[in-house]
Amino acid sequence: MELTGAEIVVQSLKDEGVEHIFGYPGGAALHIYDAFYQQDDIKHILARHEQGATHAADGYARASGKPGVVLVTSGPGVTNTITGIATAYMDSIPLVVLTAQVPTNLIGDDAFQEVDTVGITRPCVKHNFLVRNVADLALTIKKAFYLAGSGRPGPVVVDIPKDVTAAKTTYRYPKSVKIRSYAPVKRGHSKQIAKAVALLLDARRPVIYSGGGIIHATAATQLTALVQTLGFPCTQTLMGLGALPAADPHFLGMLGMHGTYEANMAMHGSDVILAVGARFDDRVTGDLSKFSPGARIIHVDIDPSSIGKNVPVEIPIVGDAAAVLEQMLDILGKKDRKVDEPVLEQWWKQIKAWRDVDSLAYDRDSKLIKPQFVIQKLCEVTEGDAYVTSDVGQHQMWAAQYYSFNKPRRWINSGGLGTMGFGLPAAVGVQMAFPNAPVACVTGEASIMMCLQELSTCSQYGLPIKVINLNNRYMGMVRQWQEFFYDRRYSHTYMDSLPDFVQLAQSFGHTGILIEKPGDVEGALREAFAAREKLVFLDFITDQTENVYPMISAGAGHNEMQLNPADSGATSQERELA
Amino acid sequence: MRRIISLLVENESGALSRIAGLFSARGYNIESLTVAPTEDESLSRMTIVTRGSDEIIEQITKQLHKLIDVVRLLDLTEGRHIERELLLVKVMAEGENREEVKRLVDIFRGRIIDVTDSTYTIELTGPSDKLDAFVEALSNAEILEVVRSGISGIARGDRTLRL
Ligand SMILES: Cc1ncc(C[n+]2csc(CCOP(=O)(O)OP(=O)(O)O)c2C)c(N)n1
Repeated sequence: MELTGAEIVVQSLKDEGVEHIFGYPGGAALHIYDAFYQQDDIKHILARHEQGATHAADGYARASGKPGVVLVTSGPGVTNTITGIATAYMDSIPLVVLTAQVPTNLIGDDAFQEVDTVGITRPCVKHNFLVRNVADLALTIKKAFYLAGSGRPGPVVVDIPKDVTAAKTTYRYPKSVKIRSYAPVKRGHSKQIAKAVALLLDARRPVIYSGGGIIHATAATQLTALVQTLGFPCTQTLMGLGALPAADPHFLGMLGMHGTYEANMAMHGSDVILAVGARFDDRVTGDLSKFSPGARIIHVDIDPSSIGKNVPVEIPIVGDAAAVLEQMLDILGKKDRKVDEPVLEQWWKQIKAWRDVDSLAYDRDSKLIKPQFVIQKLCEVTEGDAYVTSDVGQHQMWAAQYYSFNKPRRWINSGGLGTMGFGLPAAVGVQMAFPNAPVACVTGEASIMMCLQELSTCSQYGLPIKVINLNNRYMGMVRQWQEFFYDRRYSHTYMDSLPDFVQLAQSFGHTGILIEKPGDVEGALREAFAAREKLVFLDFITDQTENVYPMISAGAGHNEMQLNPADSGATSQERELA
Repeated sequence: MRRIISLLVENESGALSRIAGLFSARGYNIESLTVAPTEDESLSRMTIVTRGSDEIIEQITKQLHKLIDVVRLLDLTEGRHIERELLLVKVMAEGENREEVKRLVDIFRGRIIDVTDSTYTIELTGPSDKLDAFVEALSNAEILEVVRSGISGIARGDRTLRL
């Protein structure tokens, strides 16, 4: 049967099993939107900004494991997606972004709403395509899904000129597709894996350091099994939280710039590091010249270019994290040699001493609402089982530190790009994927203003997200750096002229609650989560002097952490903002 | 270290910009880059000359491999290889200099491919250092234009870069 390009777009998505797409219409996309109008298998969610649509698709992908799909018009529709695409790219999130383009005969003419989409997206996509011929459309969409979801996942853009969406051809959606230059490996090299296992068994002070790759590879079970089989301590990156349950006694907490004392000290003191699906990002390693000086490193990653990029690696293993960890478990199962328990016990003793420092302690007697306290209560009220999205700043770090994630895909944040404005639209995507699950968006009063328009999307689709606004009246994270490194010169970080968030939420048809006292925190949270049908915007007026600790400053090593001064016995010591 | 990396890439419009973009985005240097079709019309062959420490070169090859348009890759400098570059140079050739330039061309086994009353246009191929030496030797003459093709390379023996 002959279909138009627009119909092929819709039919290909159906054949790909797509149930939701996030988008925003416009001139060049009109034929495609018309084709969507004539069907109801795929649900289109109308965002209020293309950045919102892209983050929503991204949140959907992170929570569900399925690729997120975006549809936008040409020109400004495309440029508005760039932040979203780059966010997904940095965190290796599978997205297929369908962008409409001006008709082929106008390409290059500076036509109305023309941008060079392939050119402008190139540095932040896994791959992109311009479809010049309707005959190539279905195959290109198939390739886009294949590339987005396989290997190291990432966003793929398919740019479709308007005339291509009008042209007709016989439709056939390929069952599978091969790309001759692209063959992601699955299993790791067995000799390398045997070497790695031997090194692990010889280790005296081992650490397992795992990242977002574990989540992408659905390898949480294997990771947990390996950690428990070996009895090794395990730390996770900001992107990896939830893979090993936070409740597991082997879990040291997050590592890196705002990681726990025990996680960073263990990394620093280790003699063998098993890194899986993590990339030795600068926010994780601190100063590379001081990074884990005595450690021999095994690095498992699906992307060879991640291995050996920042630190020298003794045993590189290219492969899918789930497959490689299973191969390791297989070998361990067959070996009679086990870990040296007494040696390991010594190491745990040391770690316990570091743990006792209690680096996440904070002043619990404050008369002001401590942001950490809000997150702890959030965790309690949701029984640690909510989907938590966040924006970027101090609130993001506190959410990562104080919410105990026990399952993968529950913690959804922009780690690589650090995109303020991500949290709310991402929550839209998560709630679309799981309509009945509790979804919290932990945000700050500055971040929430960046994609606030999506509150309208939430009304339209009845999304009962709970917005946890940790309102410190400052771009807190930037203020913190100004306090520490710029002698308290708070240049342009005070959030003047904030709206009344309660009224603002109400104006969209939502509920708003203002919380000003620590004693009201839990009640408000319970009330919000009890309102299963409603979006509730919780505006917590928090201590504006609070800082994120521990902290590794630029140029410092893992063993040079700054701890919370409030820890050292002193209680409600309210520091004044000069 | 100077390296010559040969690539087979999809013969598609975006391929060159993806590769050039990779080098500029990641701050790798490109000394020269040549690209032309091959006997297989779906493929182009590209030769990139770059410099960097072993770690950087390793990253460059890995990052290139990662591009979907890159089908095959070979670091020619890892084995014995032949490299050639084409030089076209236009020089003033008047009076006694005219003979001198011609002699130099003969010594370097170049060819004069165009003449006017006052100029020669010379063609020379060889490894880059030979071309450097020739341009250096011409320093007494007034050079009007130098055009170099960048390096093409191929492995010696039976090592090949093909599908
Ligand atoms: C789009 C964007 N612009 C700027 C920044 C730099 N930045 C990082 S954190 C931050 C402050 C965030 O303030 P807020 O949302 O109130 O959170 P808080 O740190 O106070 O918890 C800023 C401006 C960013 N990450 N993203």
